This record gives sequence, structure tokens and C-alpha cells, in this order.
Amino acid sequence: MSDPRLLKLLPWIVLIGFFVAWEAVCRIFAVPVFILPAPTQIWAAFVQYFWPIMGHAWQTLMTTLVGFGIAVAFGLLLGIAVGSSRAVYEALYPLMVGFNAIPKVAVVPILIIWFGIGTVPAIITAFLISFFPIVVNVATGLATIEPELQDVLRSLGASKLQIIWKVGVPRAMPFFFAALKVAITLAFVGSVISETVASNSGVGYLMMAANANLNVPLVFAGLVVLAFLGVALYEVFAFLERRITFWATRGNDIVG
Amino acid sequence: MAAESGAAPANAFVDIDRVSLRYGARGGDGTLALDGTSIRIEKGEFIAVVGPSGCGKSSLMKLVSGLQRPSAGQVAVAGSVVNGPLKIVGMAFQNATLLPWRTTLDNVLLPLEIVEPHASRYRQNRAQYVEGARALLEQVGLKGFEERYPWQLSGGMQQRSSLCRALIHEPALLMLDEPFAALDAFTREDLWGVLQTLWLAKRPTVILVTHDLREAVYLADTVYVMSARPGRVVSTTRVPFARPRTLDDTFKPEFIEITHHLRDQIAKVRNA
Ligand SMILES: Nc1ncnc2c1ncn2[C@@H]1O[C@H](COP(=O)(O)OP(=O)(O)O)[C@@H](O)[C@H]1O
Ligand SMILES: [Mg+2]
Repeated sequence: MSDPRLLKLLPWIVLIGFFVAWEAVCRIFAVPVFILPAPTQIWAAFVQYFWPIMGHAWQTLMTTLVGFGIAVAFGLLLGIAVGSSRAVYEALYPLMVGFNAIPKVAVVPILIIWFGIGTVPAIITAFLISFFPIVVNVATGLATIEPELQDVLRSLGASKLQIIWKVGVPRAMPFFFAALKVAITLAFVGSVISETVASNSGVGYLMMAANANLNVPLVFAGLVVLAFLGVALYEVFAFLERRITFWATRGNDIVG
Repeated sequence: MAAESGAAPANAFVDIDRVSLRYGARGGDGTLALDGTSIRIEKGEFIAVVGPSGCGKSSLMKLVSGLQRPSAGQVAVAGSVVNGPLKIVGMAFQNATLLPWRTTLDNVLLPLEIVEPHASRYRQNRAQYVEGARALLEQVGLKGFEERYPWQLSGGMQQRSSLCRALIHEPALLMLDEPFAALDAFTREDLWGVLQTLWLAKRPTVILVTHDLREAVYLADTVYVMSARPGRVVSTTRVPFARPRTLDDTFKPEFIEITHHLRDQIAKVRNA
């Protein structure tokens, strides 16, 4: 069972099996297309609407990346502040946790009031939904520096800033990348939610529009595109993580 | 052989003067870790501190290096009272605390990126510093391992690197808190020799905390025995043997006599 080639093939076998089973269920039980379209019907819709889909996917991708980028910058700074200063931690903790407890969907209508319909609310939603895990993880990485290591550095005359820069930040990198993989997926959720409610472009909007026209295969094509984008970006960050923080896994899973 | 100390030297390099330390002292009922501990260390002297677990040995190190303030008494180093981190100290602990994202060489170089005057000229003189670090690594038997990461080294090799990191900036004061406690007996004895060689080369003042009496006697000029918590010095033993000492020396009768003497002191402390 642990043949490495088989292990590499396994996810693909499962994936193909999943779609084959789906197709089979749709055909055998003659499921109406407006309830659950078969993969072949979804593919047909994808081919038929290829260019519009690409346009909307591009819009969603850009929106997500901008919101995510702001979340990374902001999350990194706030995480470093929270993780390295007891005072900042105590001061911001209740606010941050309370903020995180708010369902971000509920914020979208407010954003529409402020910014109108379009890209801006989607970017902000993507940002709001994805920055929290980055803050928490970076802060954790910084706050868990070994006390003895701090002693070594302080007894060399290192300033707080030097300790953060030489030890805290590198040490927080594995935590940071773990957070990025979660955050990029969340950012997608955020921008698509906002697009479904308040936009005239993006995959979320495309799906709402297709839904209104009872074009269910196109709705599903939108879902598949989202899944694909999500996986692709996740893999990008997983790759960067393996490259940059190989030391955290003791070099065990360096590939090639 | 084991002579109790006479009068302490008048101008000690490290002067720990009736120092007490209470943790969590706000209510007054915190842990009293040290209670009136006095030790005077001459410049270039190698002392060892032994005593039961939890008697405040690590706390004493923190007081001397200025990482902790005493609740009473004072510590003076090189003639001035310590009231902040000292900046001239090299440190090594039981775990090597190397940075896993840096190679062994870069780990050893770390103090030079922080400590003045090296830090401000580090960029221009990097080649020269690297050469120094390589020479030091070679001295402790790590030639060829400079580009390895710490997690690719054995425990003994990590501790060797850690010693190099503690010494690269040629500190006047070296603090070693049970540095060999986690190593197997053979590696540990190897490292005694390594440490002795390094010490003989530059003669820093050394404070070594250890549980191993043979280690204390092999390495130190003076061995201090501390009581159980709250810690204070209960005996001071000079070790008169010439250097370099060898492992064979540790089995000679006069060496064993001192070790036994220390063991008796510790037994007394523990039964007290
Ligand atoms: N940061 C701290 N806060 C509270 N108590 C401490 C702290 N550090 C050490 N202690 C207590 O002080 C005593 C001495 O500790 P330590 O100096 O580490 O002893 P040793 O190194 O001799 O084993 C112990 O009882 C320990 O529990
Ligand atoms: Mg200790």
C-alpha cells in the first residue's frame, strides 16, 4: 500500500472516480439538469462560456489577491506588534477576538453603503476575512521564542528590535506560511461572497446571474473554476513554504 | 588537599555581594531563590557552581549577566555595579539553542552581528570574521561542518557550535549553565578537553554550573557548593592542579580526594 508511485497516483484516481460516480448517478437516476448537472454538462457550459468565465475568473483572482496582499502586510505588522509586546497584546486581544467572531457576510451590506457596488467591497471582504489567522500565527511564532535564546541575545546587548529581527521573524515564518495557506482560501470565500451580493463582475456575480437564468450547469462551472483557483493558489504557497522554511521540517520534505 | 578558602581577593572581577533574589515578590510570599549569596571571582578565574536542583544556580547566572535584578545585595563586574544586561557575556546552556534556519557557521557568527564594536563593521570585515569563525570551529573539531544546519549535527556537535557562538566575540565573561548535561559520558569528557583548550587560549573568566563533580574539579580553579533553596554558598574548594589537566588526572588519588570532599559537602546540604 505504501508504494510511492501508487501514493502519488491515489489522489488522481479518487478524483476521477468521484466525477465518474457523479456522472453515473446523474445518468442512472436521470437527475434533472436544474437540480444537479452531470460533469459532462458542466464541461459543455464551461466550453460554451469560456471567455466570459475567464474574464470573471480574472476579476475574482485580482480582487482576492489584492485583498489577500493587504491582509498579509497588515497581518504581518500587527502580528509582530502583538507577538513582541505584552502591552499591545493585552490592549488588542479582546477587540481582535470580538472582531473575528463577527460573520464577515454581515459586514458586506455595510460596505455597500460605504463604497457602493463593485470591486472595493469585495477586496475589503477578502481582506477582513483573511487577516486574522495571519495575525494570530505570526504572534504565536514570535511569542514562543525560547527564553534562553533571548538571554543569549540580551547578554550580547541586543535591542528588542534586533531580537525580533534576528530571531523572532525567522522563527515565525513557518507559522506565517501555515497561516497563508488558510488565509488565501478564506480570501477567496470573502471576495466571492461579496461578489454574489454586491457586484457586476467576478465569478460570484457570474454564478448569481446564471442562477437567475436557471443556467445551473454554468453555476457549477463557476464552482469548479473557484475550486481550481483555490487549489492553484494553495499550492503556490505550499511550494514557497517548502522552499523558505525547509528548516522547520528538518529538511524532511525537500523535494528535488 | 582540599583547602577551604582564605580571604577573598580585594579587587575581584566579578563580585557577587550578599545577593538575594525573590521571584514574584509583589506580595512578599514569592519563591526565595537566593538568600545572601556571596562569590568573588578573579579575572581569568574558572569557577564551578554545584548544588541541588532548584537551588538558584541559573538565577545566579542571570543576576551576574544583568538579566535579572537582585532583590537585595548587588553584583559588580569589572568594578561597576550591574544594573542592566552586560553586553560582554558569552553564554551556553544545556540545550544548544542554535537557530535552525542558520548554518553552523552563521550561528557562530551571530554575536558579531550584534555585539559592538563588531556589529558596525561586520559588513566590511565579514570575510575576516568568517575566517575567525572557521578557525574556531576547526579548534573544536567541526571542520567540514560549517555549512551544515544544526539539525544535521549530533547533540555533541551542536554543543560544540554553541560553545563557539559563546566565544566568537572573545567575551571577558563566559557563563555556562549545565552545558554538557544532556550529552553522553564520552562526548562530555571530550568536551571538557575542548573547553579547557579554549579557556587556556584566551583565559576568559568562566562561571560553570554543573551537576558533575568530576567535571567541576577537572575544569575549575574554585568550586562553590550551594545549599538547597534558598541558595547560598556553603563551601568553597580550591583545585590546585596545574593545567592542562588530563582525563587520567581525574583518576589520581588527590583528584578523587577533592571530588569526595565535594560529595560530602553536597550530602550534608541535602540532608540538612
Ligand atoms: N522566572 C521565574 N519565576 C518564578 N520562579 C522562578 C523563576 N525562575 C526560577 N524560579 C524558581 O527559583 C528557584 C531557583 O531556580 P533556578 O535558578 O532555575 O535553579 P537551578 O538552576 O539551581 O536549578 C526554583 O525554585 C524555581 O522554581
Ligand atoms: Mg538551572
